[in-house]
Amino acid sequence: MPSRILQTWNAEAVDLARVPLLALPDFQQIVADVVTAGGRASACFGRSDGDGQVVLTAVLADDAQGKLGVLSTRVGATYPSLTPECPSLQLFEREIYEQTGVVPEGHPWLKPVRFEPPLRAGVDPFGRGSAPATIPAGYPFFRVEGEEVHEVAVGPVHAGIIEPGHFRFQCHGEHVFFLEIVLGYQHRGVERMLEGGPDRRTVALLESVAGDTVVGHGLAHANAVEALAGCQIPARAAVLRGVALELERLANHVGDLGMLAGDVGFLPTASYCGALRADFLNALAEICGNRFGRGLIAPGGVRFDLDAGAAQRLAAKVSTAWESVQASVHLFFNSPSARNRTDGTGVVTREACRELGLVGPAARACGISRDVRRDHATGVFRFVHVPTITGETGDVFARAWVRLLEAERSADFVVRELRSLPGGPVRVPCGPPAPGRLVVSLMEGWRGEIAHVALTGVDGRFTRYKIKDPSFHNWMGLSLALRGEQISDFPLCNKSFNLSYCGHDL
Amino acid sequence: MIDDLVNIVRFRARFGRQTVAYPEGPARFPERYRGHPALDPTRCREGCRDCADACPTEAILDPGLASMRLDMGRCLFCPACVQACPEGAIRFTRDYRLSARTREALVVRGDAPTLAGALEGRVTKVLGRALRLRQVSAAGCNGCEAELNASGNIQFDLSRFGVQFVASPRHADGIVVTGPISENMRLATLKTWEAVPAPRIAIAVGACALSGGIFRDSPAQGNGMPGLPEIPVDLWVPGCPPHPITFMDGVLRLLGRVKAGELRLAGTGIVEPAPDP
Repeated sequence: MPSRILQTWNAEAVDLARVPLLALPDFQQIVADVVTAGGRASACFGRSDGDGQVVLTAVLADDAQGKLGVLSTRVGATYPSLTPECPSLQLFEREIYEQTGVVPEGHPWLKPVRFEPPLRAGVDPFGRGSAPATIPAGYPFFRVEGEEVHEVAVGPVHAGIIEPGHFRFQCHGEHVFFLEIVLGYQHRGVERMLEGGPDRRTVALLESVAGDTVVGHGLAHANAVEALAGCQIPARAAVLRGVALELERLANHVGDLGMLAGDVGFLPTASYCGALRADFLNALAEICGNRFGRGLIAPGGVRFDLDAGAAQRLAAKVSTAWESVQASVHLFFNSPSARNRTDGTGVVTREACRELGLVGPAARACGISRDVRRDHATGVFRFVHVPTITGETGDVFARAWVRLLEAERSADFVVRELRSLPGGPVRVPCGPPAPGRLVVSLMEGWRGEIAHVALTGVDGRFTRYKIKDPSFHNWMGLSLALRGEQISDFPLCNKSFNLSYCGHDL
Repeated sequence: MIDDLVNIVRFRARFGRQTVAYPEGPARFPERYRGHPALDPTRCREGCRDCADACPTEAILDPGLASMRLDMGRCLFCPACVQACPEGAIRFTRDYRLSARTREALVVRGDAPTLAGALEGRVTKVLGRALRLRQVSAAGCNGCEAELNASGNIQFDLSRFGVQFVASPRHADGIVVTGPISENMRLATLKTWEAVPAPRIAIAVGACALSGGIFRDSPAQGNGMPGLPEIPVDLWVPGCPPHPITFMDGVLRLLGRVKAGELRLAGTGIVEPAPDP
C-alpha cells in the first residue's frame, strides 16, 4: 500500500479530513498500480462535494497484510477510464457514470448499471426528462451478426420464483457465443434512503439489501456504526453474531446444492436439501424468531440471548442436520451422471477471475484464496479461524464442492461456538456516530465480500452510505462462464453462482 | 450403479417423512416466532408512544390510546416495538394466520385473530381444486421469494392441495406479487397480469407488496400493490417474509380448503421464549 494514501483496517473509523485528496493522475496511478499488483478495489464511488463537483473515493484492499487504503480525487466532467488497464473497475466506473454523470472516457462497455435516477440534480447521463423512465427497450445490446446466429431473450420475469433480471444470449444453435446480463429491475433506492441516518429505519433497510443475506449486510452495518460510535461489543454478542453469519451461509449453501441437483434432474438430493436447508433457517428462527435472522443484530450487540441449555440443544440440532446434509449431498457428488453435468461446465479461468476481481466462493473455486473472515477479520473471527477452502477447476463442480466444504467448516464452527458461549451480556448501548468520519466495513457474506462505506457529516449523520454486494463483481463472472457453453446449461451455471439481483440493484 | 441406488433408498428410509403435519395436525413454530400481534392499550402509560417511535415502518396507529391499532400490512414483525415497551402493551403471539381478503382488514386491534374468508361464487369452483400461480418478484429482496419457493418443497408441499407455481402467466390462474413494485418492474408486473386468462386472482405477499414495507415512500418504487390499482388483490399475506405456513394458510382459506378458527400449534422444544426485556 503506497504511503501517500490513508492506511486503515476493516471497521476502523478514520477522520474524513485525513483521506488524501490527490490529483487525478496520481489517484489513477495508485489505483492501477495496486490493482495490477494483485490488490483489489473493494469500493470506488462518487459523491457530490457540495460545490457541484464530484469527489471519487476508492478503497483498496491488501488481503495479505489485512490492510485497507483509502484515497480520493476531484474530477470534472470526464476522466480517462482505467477499465482497459484494470477490467475489475469496469462496473465501478459505470456506476459512477450513472450516479454522477461523470464520463470515463475510453470505457469499452459504458452501459446502464441499474438505470437509477441521477444522484446529482440536472446531470443525467441517459438524458431522461422529469417523466419516470424504466429500463430502456433500446438497451444497447451487444449483438453477434451472421447467418444462423440468433438471440434468446429471457426475463425480467423468469420461469421460477426468482428475482427479475434480463439475459440476452447470442447463440448458434445450442452454442452460446455471448451472454449479456441486464439488471436494474430491482432498484429500490436503498443508498439514498440511508442518507441522513442512522434512524429507526436504518437497520431494517440494511437487512433488506438482500433478503438472503440479512445477517451479512446487517453485520457489516453494525460493525460500521459501532466503529463510528466507538462502541465495543461484548464477547458473547460477537460469538452469537458469528454463529448467525455461519448459519446463514449453511442455509444458502445447502439450499443451493439442492437446487443444483434439481437443475441436473437428480431429485433425491434436490428434495432432501430443500428440507435440510430449513433446519439452518429454523436454527436462526430459534434464536431470534425469524428464519432469515431479521431483528437479531443491532448496533451494540444482538437483541436475543440463549441460555446454556438452549445453546446445547441448538448445537445438537445443527450437528444432526449437518450429518444428513453430508449423506444427502454425497449421493449427488457420487453419481456419475450428475457429475457428468457439473464437471468442466461453466469454467471461469483463474486469470479471468483475477482480472474481474471475483469474490467469495466463485473466486475460491478458481483457486484464489480470498476470505474477509481471514484476511480482514473482525469480531469472533479474530479469535476463531475458519479454514478457507479453495478449488482448482473454476467450473460448476468446483463452485459446488467449495460450497460444500466451506459449509462443513461453518457447521463445525456453529456447533463448537454454541457449546462454548462466553458469559456476559449480549448488548451494550451504542451511541450516535461521531461527526466527520469515514469507515470501511467488510464482511464475508455467503456470496463473498460485502463492503459498506459510511461517511458522516458535521452532525454525525450519514452523508453517503455506499453498499457493495459481492454480486456486483460476480455477475460478470457468470457472463464469462457461459461463453462457449450450451444454452441448456445456463440454469446450472446460474445456480452455481446464485447471485443477488437486489444486492446488485440496491 | 446399484450401490448408488441402494444408498439413495437407504437415505430416504432413514430421513423419513418430512412433510409438516399442518393443516391436519398442529403447525410447529419456534417459541420466539413472531406471528399475529396482540395489543393491550390498557397497559399503556398515558401519552407514551415509545412503540411507535421505535417502529421502522410507522405500523402502529394511535399509540397509548384506547384506539391503538397495528397495521400488519406495514409491520415487519421485528422485535423493535416489543423491546421498546416495558409495559407489555404489544406482544406477538405465535398465531401464524395473518392473511386477509382486504387491505383494511390488516389493521388490527386487541388480540382477535385475522382469518381470511374464501373466494365468492363460481371462482372457487373453477380454481378451488387446482390453482396454478405465476410469481412476479417486483423488487422483492429474495426473502419472500425464498419462502414461496420453500412452500413447494417436500416439507410444506403445497402441491398436495393442487396449488403449484408455473413458468408462464398463460398457464396460470393468478399471480403472486412480492416486492414494493420498483419503477423498473412496474410495466413487467402489469404485463404479466394482463397475460393471465380470466377468471384470475392476485395475491400480494410480504410487507413490501402490501405497503412498500421498509422501502415505503422511496421514489424508486410505488408502495406495493395499493399503488397499482390496475391489479385487484384477492389476498393480502403479511410478513417480512411470511412463513411458508402463513402463505399456505392464506391460500387454503382463500380456496375454502381450510375454514376452522381453532389454532393448533406445537413447539420445537429447543429454545425457550425470549425473556422480557
